[in-house]
Amino acid sequence: MKKQIQLLSMAIFAFCMNVIAQENAGLTLPTGFKASLYANNIGTARHIAITKSGVVFAKLNNPNKEGNSIVRLEDANNDGVADKMNGWAKYGGTGIYVKGNSLYASSNEAIFKYELNSKDEVVNPLTPQTIVSGLLDRRQHNSKSITFDKGNNIYVNIGAYSNACQVEDRKAGSQGRVPCNILDSAGGIWKFDGTKENQTYKDGKRYATGLRNVVGLDWNNETNQLYVAQHGRDQLNSFYPNLYTDAQNAELPAETFYAINEGDNAGWPYVYYDPSQHKKIVSPEYGGDGMKEGSSEFKDPAVAFPAHMAPMAVLFYTGNQFPAKYKNGAFISFHGSWNRSPLPQEGFFVAFIPFKNGKATGEWEIFANGFAGTENGAKVTNTSKAKARPCGLAQGPDGSIYVSDDTKGSIFKISYSK
Amino acid sequence: MVNFSIKGFIKLAVFISFLGMAQSGNAQNKINGKKIFETRCLVCHQSDGGGVPNMNPPLDGSTNVNGKDIARLVKIIRNGYDERVALDGMYYNNAMTANPDLKEDAIADVLTYIRASWSNKAGAVTISQVKAALLKNKAAKK
Repeated sequence: MKKQIQLLSMAIFAFCMNVIAQENAGLTLPTGFKASLYANNIGTARHIAITKSGVVFAKLNNPNKEGNSIVRLEDANNDGVADKMNGWAKYGGTGIYVKGNSLYASSNEAIFKYELNSKDEVVNPLTPQTIVSGLLDRRQHNSKSITFDKGNNIYVNIGAYSNACQVEDRKAGSQGRVPCNILDSAGGIWKFDGTKENQTYKDGKRYATGLRNVVGLDWNNETNQLYVAQHGRDQLNSFYPNLYTDAQNAELPAETFYAINEGDNAGWPYVYYDPSQHKKIVSPEYGGDGMKEGSSEFKDPAVAFPAHMAPMAVLFYTGNQFPAKYKNGAFISFHGSWNRSPLPQEGFFVAFIPFKNGKATGEWEIFANGFAGTENGAKVTNTSKAKARPCGLAQGPDGSIYVSDDTKGSIFKISYSK
Repeated sequence: MVNFSIKGFIKLAVFISFLGMAQSGNAQNKINGKKIFETRCLVCHQSDGGGVPNMNPPLDGSTNVNGKDIARLVKIIRNGYDERVALDGMYYNNAMTANPDLKEDAIADVLTYIRASWSNKAGAVTISQVKAALLKNKAAKK
């Protein structure tokens, strides 16, 4: 009898845990936070943007099964789950941003502008204005992520079509190009006028350089400054097995988060950031040996994250719903690594970066985890087995935050109540 | 009559032992192939052959890998690959490194291993198939 009660209580406990897990859409969150599965199977959802009325727009990497690559979602009954969905546009891409009554979206080579009506519906889905076109797309690192400053300037990442600017990309023994000519038109952040049509490189300005690939960027309105997160280079052990072991490659280089001022140079491809030495190290393609320190002309990161986790979006939290410590700090989503093999992968979570007096403290913590959907939080060994990979981040009008996933196309809504 | 059956028996015995050799040769090929896979392919294509979404295509279950166009597979391994590839309804963007130093037997071994691993059940690739593929690729270049 006693044993039966024990079994029964265990079963009830397991059932409750399961229900709780489902209630939070399978996510693990700090105390007081709750998550719902706002949308599911919408397509490869990259970045997301939310209007003042709470309408969610998602930019898809490829057209979904309905043939749309921008999706509009609405939660009319306000139960945390979208109940209206439609879409349009044929071009794949990553960037999306709501600015006033305009919606901006990017393909892998251009930025388009749509007009919203008073219901936050797009007025001109088939005839957007082309704001910028002709941006370099050579497939590798081709996401054109976008953000705005407080004015009308648009900042766009143009990723380098290369791992380390070798003469022959990802070829063992191929030296780094001197100087790295890719930096003329990629490997940095470009600034354009968000109100002007038909711009291209000559109309814009290279705002920051030496950034291999930035998928996540956001403007910090408190300090009036751009912040970007870089995807660090890969394959140190594959190409330089005499300098780097598999274990070292799994931890090198750091994924880096920078406070950017106009004209900054973060040093790619010449240096990478070593998080254990706390130094910029000369890349082996440029004569480095894993120890030789790089030039001080290059920028130091505000925060260094573990290697290869792939930061996908940055979101400064300006809402009032979450506890005070989150205000004006930054959320950052990590897609999850692949280049830690043969060691287990890392990432697949959303982290929080605390800010004090307008500056990152250098610390960070995991905020939302469990996207990969592994049993008992086991590590992911093979990247394609992750059920969801965090990508876009956006803040709703009530102060909740939303996280998109570009594998199956889920959107999670995370809220706080005391 | 007796003579014939002895001849036939010898022929049969030779044939069976040849099969046995081919079988053990095949096991050895797979071991060699696995070693090559782990040092050159695993990082991008992952230990389960599942690849990385949007970047590195999967080998497990791939119609190309399990298909009949051996020459294409040999060419990709030897020369690398630098085009956006559409495979089974998905797109992959990363460039693949060339392996100019991999000899014919090594290419045959790694292909044999990949085509028989995870859920793949495609046939072994022989050295002569690789040689023929390299000749074909060379001819195509001219």
